[in-house]
Formats: sequence, C-alpha cells, structure tokens
Amino acid sequence: MFDIAIIGAGVVGGMIARKLSGYDLSICLVERKNDVAMGATRANSAIVHAGFDAHSGSLKAKLNVRGSEMMEETAAQLGVKYRRNGSLVIGFNEEDRKELENLLDRGNQNGVKDLRILEKEELHALEPNLSENVECALYAPTGAIICPYELTIAAVGNAMDNGAVLERNFEVTDIKKEEEGYLLTSADGKEICARTVINAAGVYADKIAAMVGDQSFSVHPRRGEYILLDKEVGNLISHTVFRTPSKMGKGILVTPTVDGNLLTGPTSVDISDKEDTSTTQEGFAKVIKEAQENVSTIPFGKTITSFCGLRAVGSTGDFIINAPKKGFINVAGIESPGLSASPAIAEYVAELVKEQGISLVEKENYNPCREAMHHFREADMDEKNRIISKDKSYGKIVCRCEGITEGEILAALRTNPKAVDLDGVKRRTRAQMGRCQGGFCSPHIVEMIAKELNIPIEKVTKSGGNSYVNLGRTKGEVK
Amino acid sequence: MTRELTCIICPRGCALKIELEDGKILSVSGNSCPRGEQYAKDECCNPQRTVTSTVRCEAGRMVSVKTDRPIPKDKMFDCMERINAATAKLPVHIGDVILEDVFGSRVVATGNAE
Amino acid sequence: MTELVIIGGGPAGMSAAVAAYESGVRDILILERDKKLGGILQQCIHNGFGLHKFGEELTGPEYAWKYEQKVRELEIPVKLNTMVLDITEDKVITATNEEEGIFQIQAKAIILAMGCRERSKGALNIPGSRPAGIYSAGTAQKYVNMMGYLPGKEVVILGSGDIGLIMARRMTLEGAKVHAVCELMPYSGGLIRNIEQCLNDFHIPLKLSHTVTQIHGKERLEGVTISQVDEKRRPIPGTEEYIPCDTLLLSVGLIPENELSKSAGVQMDRITGGAVVDQNRQTSVDGIFACGNVLHVHDLVDYVSEEAEIAGKSAAEYIFKKNTEKEAVRIPITTDGKIRYTVPEVITEKKDISVFFRVADVYRNVEICVYNDKNEKVFSRKKLKAAPGEMENIPLKAAAFENAQSLRFELEVK
Repeated sequence: MFDIAIIGAGVVGGMIARKLSGYDLSICLVERKNDVAMGATRANSAIVHAGFDAHSGSLKAKLNVRGSEMMEETAAQLGVKYRRNGSLVIGFNEEDRKELENLLDRGNQNGVKDLRILEKEELHALEPNLSENVECALYAPTGAIICPYELTIAAVGNAMDNGAVLERNFEVTDIKKEEEGYLLTSADGKEICARTVINAAGVYADKIAAMVGDQSFSVHPRRGEYILLDKEVGNLISHTVFRTPSKMGKGILVTPTVDGNLLTGPTSVDISDKEDTSTTQEGFAKVIKEAQENVSTIPFGKTITSFCGLRAVGSTGDFIINAPKKGFINVAGIESPGLSASPAIAEYVAELVKEQGISLVEKENYNPCREAMHHFREADMDEKNRIISKDKSYGKIVCRCEGITEGEILAALRTNPKAVDLDGVKRRTRAQMGRCQGGFCSPHIVEMIAKELNIPIEKVTKSGGNSYVNLGRTKGEVK
Repeated sequence: MTRELTCIICPRGCALKIELEDGKILSVSGNSCPRGEQYAKDECCNPQRTVTSTVRCEAGRMVSVKTDRPIPKDKMFDCMERINAATAKLPVHIGDVILEDVFGSRVVATGNAE
Repeated sequence: MTELVIIGGGPAGMSAAVAAYESGVRDILILERDKKLGGILQQCIHNGFGLHKFGEELTGPEYAWKYEQKVRELEIPVKLNTMVLDITEDKVITATNEEEGIFQIQAKAIILAMGCRERSKGALNIPGSRPAGIYSAGTAQKYVNMMGYLPGKEVVILGSGDIGLIMARRMTLEGAKVHAVCELMPYSGGLIRNIEQCLNDFHIPLKLSHTVTQIHGKERLEGVTISQVDEKRRPIPGTEEYIPCDTLLLSVGLIPENELSKSAGVQMDRITGGAVVDQNRQTSVDGIFACGNVLHVHDLVDYVSEEAEIAGKSAAEYIFKKNTEKEAVRIPITTDGKIRYTVPEVITEKKDISVFFRVADVYRNVEICVYNDKNEKVFSRKKLKAAPGEMENIPLKAAAFENAQSLRFELEVK
C-alpha cells in the first residue's frame, strides 16, 4: 500500500512526484509507456511562458505566473538547462497592435514583470532577422526556454532518488475504491494500492476520472506539428517569437531551443484519436509558410526532423485541479502553459493532498538536487579530461553529430529513471538527435542497451512495446 | 531474336545487344571491351553471379565472405543456405576458405576476425 | 608539431597517407574514429570495388585491406578509436580517445578525409507516424553485414542510390522480401549495373517518379503509402498505393561530412557540400587539403583513392615548400547548370589535371565542351549518355588553359 499513486509520468506527474517526495510519504508513479515524458510532455514548444496569455483570475494565469517565477530555481536544482531568452509577440499591423496592447494589460493584471511594447526600430535592432514587415511586438523579458522531457526526466529521477517508485508499462484500466484507498489494475493484470490517487494522465485524464465515477469533464487531444532545424541555424533568432493571437489561434512560433536548435510550430488541430501523433503534409506547409512570415530567412533545407505532439485540452477552458472524491485528485486539462506552470501545479496539488487528510511531514534527508546529466557535455577541456581520467568511457565518442560519449550513454542507462530503449537514450543524452538522426550511432547504442539490460539485441526497442529495432538474425537462431 | 542486356562487369554499364538464333549467339554489340562480350555470352547461355554474404564465427561474431568465382545465377539462394549453415573458426583471415565446392566455387573470407 | 595529420582512415585517408609517404613525408598521423581502418568499406561486403585501380573485383573489406597492408608496411602511425572534435584555421587539431582523453596536435598540413553521411529521414518530412523500422540504408547495412541482425523482413526502399540498391540485394539474400524501390526522380541515382544485378536479378520493381507519401504504424512500421509524382516532383492525387511492410530503408542521398572543415574556416561549395579546392585538392585554407567523399560524393572508391593520391602528393609538396617556386595563377572554372559542378573549381598551377564533374539530369548524345574566356573550345568529348548517378572525369592538358583567365564547362545536347 502506497500513500500516493500518481497516474502519468509526464511533466505534471513528475513534478508532483518530486514535490511529494520531499515528505514522509511512499509514492508510486505509474506510467503506461516504457519511459517517462511520453505524452504531451514529449513534444511541445518547450517554452516557459511569461504569463500574459491566460485570462486574469484563472487558475492557468495564477499558476503560470507562479510557475514561471519558480522555474529558474527548480531547473538549477534539477540540473536542467534553462535560458531566459525573452519572448516577443510580433504584430504586422494596427489590428495586431491593439491586440498586443490588450495582452500587455492582461499581463500586467496577471503580475507579469517588465512587459512593454517595442516599436519597429528597437525591435529589429533587438532581433535583426525578423521579417521586414514586422511592425511592433510585445516584449516579455521573463519568457524562457527549457527542455520539457529533460525537466521531467530530472524531476522523476530526483523523486526516485528520494524514495519514489516508478512503475513503467502500467496502463491503468480499472480503479476500485477500497476501504483504505484505491486499487489500480493495469491492462496486463498488475495491481497497485494507494491511499490517495493523483490523476495526471494527460489526454486520458477523463477516462481515469470516469473510473471513479467523475464524469464532470472531458479531455480531447489537439495536434501540434513541429519542424526542428539544425544547430547550424539555431542562432538565427535569440528570442521566442510568437505571432499575435487571433481567432485562428496563436499561430506558428519560432524559437531557439536550450540545446541550440531552431524550433518552429505548432499547428493546432483538434482530433479525436488520443494516439494519433502522425504528421501531415498540410501541417508542414502551414508551419513553413507562417514561420517564414515571421522570420523570412528560415532555411528549411536545414530541417533535421519533424514531429507531432498532442496537447491535452480540457472541456472547461481552465486547468482542472480538484478532488471529486476523497483521496482522488484530478490534475487534468493541463494544456499550455502547463509546462511553465508545472512547479506551481505541484505546490498547489500538495495543498490538495493535505486537504485529503494526509499529513505532510518534511523528510529529514530530502535532497532537492540532482546532478546535471549534461555536465560532461558543457564542461571545459580540463574538467572533461579530469572525468576521462577517472572513467575512460568518457573519452570515446559514440554520437559524432552531437559529440556524445560512451560514458554519457552509460550514465543514462544507469541513472534514475534509467533509459531502457533507443529513444530513452536519445532524450537523456541527445545521442541520435543530431543531423544524421542516429544513422551512425544507433547500432552501437542498441548493443550498449542489450548489454546493460542483459537482453538479446533483437529485444532492444526504439520506444518500448512492439517497437523492435531488429526482427531477427541473418543466419537464424544460434543453436 | 535480339536480346538486350546491361553489362554488369564494370560500372560503365554498357547496353549490350545480342543476336540469337535457336539459342546460339550470332553476334554481340554495344560492348566496350572483350569482357563485355564474354558476359553477354555467359548471360545468355549460363548466367552467373558472385554471391557475397556473411558467415557466423564462433562467439557469435560475423565475418564477410564471397564465392571466389561466380556461381550459376539460379543457385544463389541454394548457395545462401550453405553459407547460413556454416560456422567459421576464429581467427579468420582474408582469403581463408570457409566452404569447399559450393556450386563449383569456394566460399572464402573477405574480412579478418580475431 | 606533426608534419601531416590525416583526418579519417577510410579509403581516402589511407591512400593519401601512402601517397604522402611515397612523396617523402615521414611524420604522418592518421586519426580514425572507428576501431579499424577502412571506413565505410568495412560494411560494404559486396563486390565491385577495385576493377579500375587493381584490375580485379574486390569486396569493400578486401579493398580496404590492400591499403591497410600498405599503411602497416610503411609503418605510418594510426590512432584508432579517436574522434577529432575541432580543427582551427591555424591547423590545431583537438581529438579525443579513451587512453589520452582530449588532446591537441599542431599540424603543418592537414588532409580532410572524413567521408560522408546519409541524408536522414528527418530531412524528408514524410507525413505520418514515427514508428520503429525506418532506417537509412547504411544503418541497415551495418546491422546486416557487421552485426548479423535483420532489421526487417518486409521491406520498401525509398531512393535508388547505390546503397539502397545494394541493400535490396543483401536483404533479399538474407531472407527479407523487398517489395519495391521507389525513386522520386524519373531516373535512378545508382549505377546501371546495380539496377541490373540487385533489382532485376530478384524481380524487385523499380518505381521511378514515385515517393513515399505516408508512414503508417504506431510502434513498429506497418506500411507505407507510395504515390506517383508529377514533373515537379509533387505527389499526384489518386495514384496512392498502400504497401504493407515492416521496414522502410532510405537511400536518398549522401552528404559530405564537413563540420570539421567548417570549424577550420574552409570555404564550402553549396552544390557539392564539400570544400572549394584547386587541382591539388587544397582548400581555401593554406595547407589544408580535402579528398574523397568529404570533398564530393564519388560513385567508385577507385576514384576516391586516385583523388586522395593527388591530395597526399600535394600535401607533401606543401610541406617541402615546393609550391612556392611555381608561377601563381588563378583560373576559376564555371559551369552551365547542365554540368552542376566541377572538382577542382579553380586551377592554380599550369600542369596537366583531371576534372571531375556531375550533370544535373539524364542527357543523351552529348558533347562535353570546355571554353576559355576568349570563347575558344579547348576540349571536347562526345558521349552517348550522361547521368547524375555517374561521375564524369576528363583530362585537361596544361596547354588547354595556357593563356586562359577562366574556363567554362558546358554540356551540349544534340
């Protein structure tokens, strides 16, 4: 019997697990996939929003501004890269300017600091590669960028280091109320008991809530397609560039990423299939067209990959964080700015947990910090050589495009939450994420995973489940 | 009848024209060298291919191999069965004979494995 | 200070090292990232190498072995498992390996011989899901030929480059079923002999003017939709065909791997993706040379070896300062578009040279013409056919550009 079961190891579940692991509680984080950060967290704009978007007074607005304030310290504790690069909402005409002024007012009401409107000259001096016909912009110096799955991996890892348990490949299909709490059953018949259940199941949060009889909301997936460009063009712009929101939505943004790439997207299409992360020709066309309206010189020939994420859009228009039953807490409808708000959501949920009658006693030996997984990558030559002299596997490059060493990959395979598949190694180390997209290094990484997990090479997957990388041996089975 | 072939002897890929009558070759044209003419004749009467593949060594490693001369084209998959069933003893050096007499050819190592 | 450092121990690097040694350089170091010399040849276990260079048909590892033996005989130092991280314009090389950690070497001359990489699926933006089962042909080649694993059993190949064609045969022989090879262009990018012996021998259809327009499958690939494309390479609605398969191999082009060249400040050519070089394969940076697939993608390793010999010899001349005694000239070579590029693209010395180039499309009954700046035809050669998949190589006598300020390469189509 756990004190707490959290369903869903996305950024929300991960940050809640981390927060609660600071108290004397036994915690189990259950995830239906082979790894953490596999849902909405895996593929989004990777932005820490300043907080001027959400309507004043909403939970979204409150938690966004608070989360944004907390993020820098949270990232520092977790050893996660964070860069306050500032954001610009650009306007092309007078209509846009009016909307930007509305946003400015709303931002000020929400408590966002240092917002102001920039006129053309100052704007183009600040961001010289903006398209010529961009007239003005709302400048939010507190806007920042972060890598959502790096944050989630670090948060879950930190929670695990403080005693939380991660249960992968556990797709909750049934929840039963029992005398002392709830019994969760997985698709393959595994069971977990917990006094309090926190539903952070992303696009499936409505299904999970329905399992305890709460049908007060629904969640639908909204597709967002992105195109990621080579690091060679990562410094084309330095700020996150949004378009002025219109009836048509927020439009396509262009932003550098913390790892130095250039990211453009997302499209915004409501769909019904909660598993459909396929990209489309129309999506690519829209991303390319609008991104080039913002920054006309974006060289899409330098594309290294494209992907599609699903946002979990709640039916109420605001975050749905409540306790419909005693001991059962919903954290649902966490669409944008969910990443930005995540540290504040964790704080807010801790209060709700307390309200369920669970006493939150601070853990004596709690350590809120985790060693940065990118420490070697960012170190200077002397520091690198110091590390190599202790562990020579750091002297051997496996991923040549990103310059990732065997030592870093081994660390990803051995550090909580351990990578267990090719994509898991990719998200933790950036190996296979460069311009050749794993063409050279993935066979080597497959061998390393097989060795580390002590499984045959044919059993290594790209991303869990049936996603085997190899389907057999050329000479048949070894006799 | 006339048969048209692309010569595979070298990367030039000459377009060959072969005049045949009752299975007998009357003439070959389009070739740039004598080997092309020979290829045309072989291809019409007895098409042959070199097979390259790998053989499993002890300890699960692989070593690359080839037939040291072309074998009949229609025996390629039979040849593969022999290659797939073979095991090489370590160490293997380039040129080591792995299998004797596979459709008139030997299967030899084309790589080294310690 | 090391006199000559060669980045890459594949066919280009080894051949350049041997040529430099034979030209008198003794202080040579080859830096190779893999655990063995030979580069990509080690996984190219098919035959067809060496006919031009050695007069016999060799497999990739055998071809590499010939050069490795020479390197060993000459006792040219090699550092294996060593990755070069950076090269500066002053020719300081930063590299790393397990034994020495990160270290620096000051070189007098450098030969860039890092080879090329495959264009990845990301660059293609094929709509659909992102399941397991999509590989570049070279990655599949490594699994099949080096590791003994079969990445898939029901295969579609996109792109008819040589590696894709070769892998169609390799996968078939190893027990997979290859359903089709789709090629976006109306002609194949591979050698004709490979279409013959890798596809036709096994009755694998080559679908020209076709591309993959949708990827299906959640965890592992379940199928692809292919479509015919129009003359502007746009998919034609209504021509979609669904092919169930568990594997999609991509053979959609090779890109010279020039990140290090760029860090050294070498001027790049937009078309080849390699450095701009003169007839000696010297780049815009004095004393830095480039050869092989890092310079421009070759079809035949034999020509890579030859080009590397030029670079090796020239690096020796540079080291022994023989270049300084010669008359300085600068004759740029331009092309007409039908000829896409030339290597070299500038001539800086009056001696007999050979010029490599590729054409932009398939042309029949052509005449390759070279004009000087006075519009005099200084060279011409007739050919029945020229195709982008087959690199051309023509000799130019010094007399042909004796008084030229520039040269222009044109392809006249009859």
